[in-house]
Amino acid sequence: MAQRSGVSILQRFEALPIIIVFVLLLLLFMYRAPEVFLAPYIYTTFLSTLPPLILLAAGLTFVIGAGEIDLSFPSIIAFSGFVFAVLFKEYDLGWIAVVAGLASGILVGFLNGIIIAKIGIPSFMTTLGTQFFWAGMATVLSGGKSYALRGVEESSVWQWIVGRPFASASTPWLQELSIQGLWTAIIVGFLWLILTRHRFGEHAMFIGDSNDVSRVVGIDVDREKIKIFTLMGFLAACAAIILTLENKNFFGNQGQGYLLTAIASVLIGGTSIFGGQATIIGTVFGCFIIGMVEAGLVASGLTGAWVRTVQGLIFLVSIIFYMYADEPQRRQALFANLRSLGRLGGVRATEEGGVRR
Amino acid sequence: MTPAAGEFESIVRLEGVQKYFGAVHALRDIDLSIGRNEIVGLIGDNGAGKSTLIKLMTGVLAPTSGRIFIREREIQPGEYSVRMAHDLSIETVYQDKSLAEKQPLWRNFFVGRQITNRFGFIDIKREKEVAQKILIDTIGFRGVGITVDSTVGNLSGGERQGIAIGRAMHYNADLIVLDEPTAALGVAEVRKVVEFVRRIKQSGRACIYIEHNLAHVHEVADRLVVLDRGRVVSEINPKDMTVPELTEYLIALQHNA
Ligand SMILES: Nc1ncnc2c1ncn2[C@@H]1O[C@H](COP(=O)(O)OP(=O)(O)OP(=O)(O)O)[C@@H](O)[C@H]1O
Ligand SMILES: [Mg+2]
Repeated sequence: MAQRSGVSILQRFEALPIIIVFVLLLLLFMYRAPEVFLAPYIYTTFLSTLPPLILLAAGLTFVIGAGEIDLSFPSIIAFSGFVFAVLFKEYDLGWIAVVAGLASGILVGFLNGIIIAKIGIPSFMTTLGTQFFWAGMATVLSGGKSYALRGVEESSVWQWIVGRPFASASTPWLQELSIQGLWTAIIVGFLWLILTRHRFGEHAMFIGDSNDVSRVVGIDVDREKIKIFTLMGFLAACAAIILTLENKNFFGNQGQGYLLTAIASVLIGGTSIFGGQATIIGTVFGCFIIGMVEAGLVASGLTGAWVRTVQGLIFLVSIIFYMYADEPQRRQALFANLRSLGRLGGVRATEEGGVRR
Repeated sequence: MTPAAGEFESIVRLEGVQKYFGAVHALRDIDLSIGRNEIVGLIGDNGAGKSTLIKLMTGVLAPTSGRIFIREREIQPGEYSVRMAHDLSIETVYQDKSLAEKQPLWRNFFVGRQITNRFGFIDIKREKEVAQKILIDTIGFRGVGITVDSTVGNLSGGERQGIAIGRAMHYNADLIVLDEPTAALGVAEVRKVVEFVRRIKQSGRACIYIEHNLAHVHEVADRLVVLDRGRVVSEINPKDMTVPELTEYLIALQHNA
C-alpha cells in the first residue's frame, strides 16, 4: 500500500539523494584537502566559473526531461560567443552585441527545434549535424582567430554581467565575489518555477513520458519541442557571453569541454535518461559535484586525467543508481536476477561439492 | 456555447467521410450518427478502421473528405483539434495512451487544460483538491491506497481506465469515446470498466465503445456498428441477436471476403 501511493521519500524531497552525495563529497574534500576546501577562495572561484555549466545543464534538464537530447550547445557557445565578441570588439556595439549574441543562440535553437519537430529528424541526429555546422561557421567566420577583449573590465557590459561588485571591499574574498552567480541563481530559480509549476514545464514532462499521450491530451507537441530547443539555444548563448566576458577572450572551441560535463550534471542530478522526469535542483547539485570533483581532485594532488576518469565513473554509477531507484519494475527485475544468480551459484556450489567428494 | 437540451438529436454525425493514409483507403463513405444518450458499440476486425474513425471524431486526425457535424453544427476541417473537441465536450479514453506513466494523477487530470493564472503558472493546490474530489466522488476510489500524488505507473490496468474515464466524466463530456479500454485486463478489472460504461449511460451522456470482446459490448451497448475494411456494413440492435449469433455473423463476414 505504501508503495502504491507512490510518494517515496525520493519523490517528496526533490533531488534528496544527490544533495546527500554532495554533502558527503564536500565533507570528504574538506577532510582530504582542508587548506583548499575550508578557505573561501574555492567557493568564490566556483561562483565565477560554474555559471556557464549550470545554465547549460538547466537547459538540458528540459531537453532531456522531454526525452530529447541536444549535442549542439558547444557549437552555440562558439557561434554566439563569436557573434558577441566580434560585434563587441570590432564594431564596439556594447549592449547591442549582447542582444545579438543572445539572438543568434535563440535562432540556432529555434532551427534545431524546427528540424526536430517539423521535419521529424531525431534530436540526436539533428543536433549532431548542427553541432558541426555552427562550430564550422564560427571557425570560418572568425578565420580561426581568437578575440582578446582587452580592457573590457571598463565596460558596463562587463561590470553588469560578470563584474565584481565588492571589488573595493576590505575582505579579500569579498572582492572576488562575481555577479554572474547572482544572475545564474535568478535564471535557474525561474526555470525551476517553470519546470515544476508552469504549463510549459508540465508539457515538457508529458512529452518526455510519451509523445502519443501528449498529443491525445491536447498538447501541441511540435510547438513545445520547438520552444524547448529555443530555450536551450538562449541559455547556451547566455553561457557563451558569460564565458567570453569572464575569460576576457573568445576562442573557437571554448564550448567543447562542456559536452560531457553538462550532460553528466543533468543525469547525476536525477533527470531520467528516458525522459518524463526532471529536476532543476538535482541538476544544480550535479553541477556542483562535477565542479567540486574537478577542483577537489586537483587539490588532492591528482592529475587532470584522473578528473575525467572519476567524473565518468560518478556519471555511470549515478545513472545506474537512478535506474534502479526510480523504476520499480527495473528494481524488481534486478532483485529477481540476483536471486536467480544466487540460486544458480548455490546449485553450482553443491555440484562442485559433489565432484570434489 | 453549448446548445440547450433538446436542440440537437445527435452529438456527432459523419457524412460521406473518407480517410486515406497515402494509398491505404482506411475509411470509405462513412455515414454515422451518435445519439445524445446512446452507447454505441463499434466492432470489427483488426485494421477495420475503428480507431481511425474515432480519431476523426475527436480531432486527432482530419478526414480526407466528407463532413463532420457536432451537435448538428458543421465543423470546419482544418480547425478541428483535440483541444477543440475538449471544448465541445468530447473526451477520449485509449487503451494505453490516455495517461502519462511517470506523472502523478493530479497532473494527469489537468494536463492540456491546467488551472493557471494568466501567466500560465499552475494552481497546484487547487488542482490537487479537485483531483482528490474526482478520485473520491466521480471514480469512487476509497481506501485503496491511491492518492492524487500516486504515479500512474503504480496503478492496475482497471484503475487506470477508471482514472481516464473519471477524468472524462469530470469534464462533463457529452460524448466519451473508449478505444479498447479492456484490452489486457483481467476479469475483475474488466467488470470495473463495464461498470464505468454503465455510469456514462446513467448520467445521460453518450459513449462510443470499441471492443473486441463481443460479450462486453453486447452487454452495455444500445446499438452495435460493424465496420469491415473501412466500411460500415451493418448496424445491429443487441436485443435482436445473442452473443453467439453475433459471433457467427462476424465470422461469416470474414469468409465473404
Ligand atoms: N497513421 C497511419 N498511417 C498509415 N496507415 C494507418 C495509420 N493509422 C491506421 N492506418 C491503417 O488504417 C487501417 C485501419 O487502422 P485502424 O487502426 O483504424 O484499425 P482498427 O480497426 O482500430 O484495428 P485494431 O482492432 O487492430 O485496433 C489499417 O490498415 C492501418 O494499417
Ligand atoms: Mg484500434
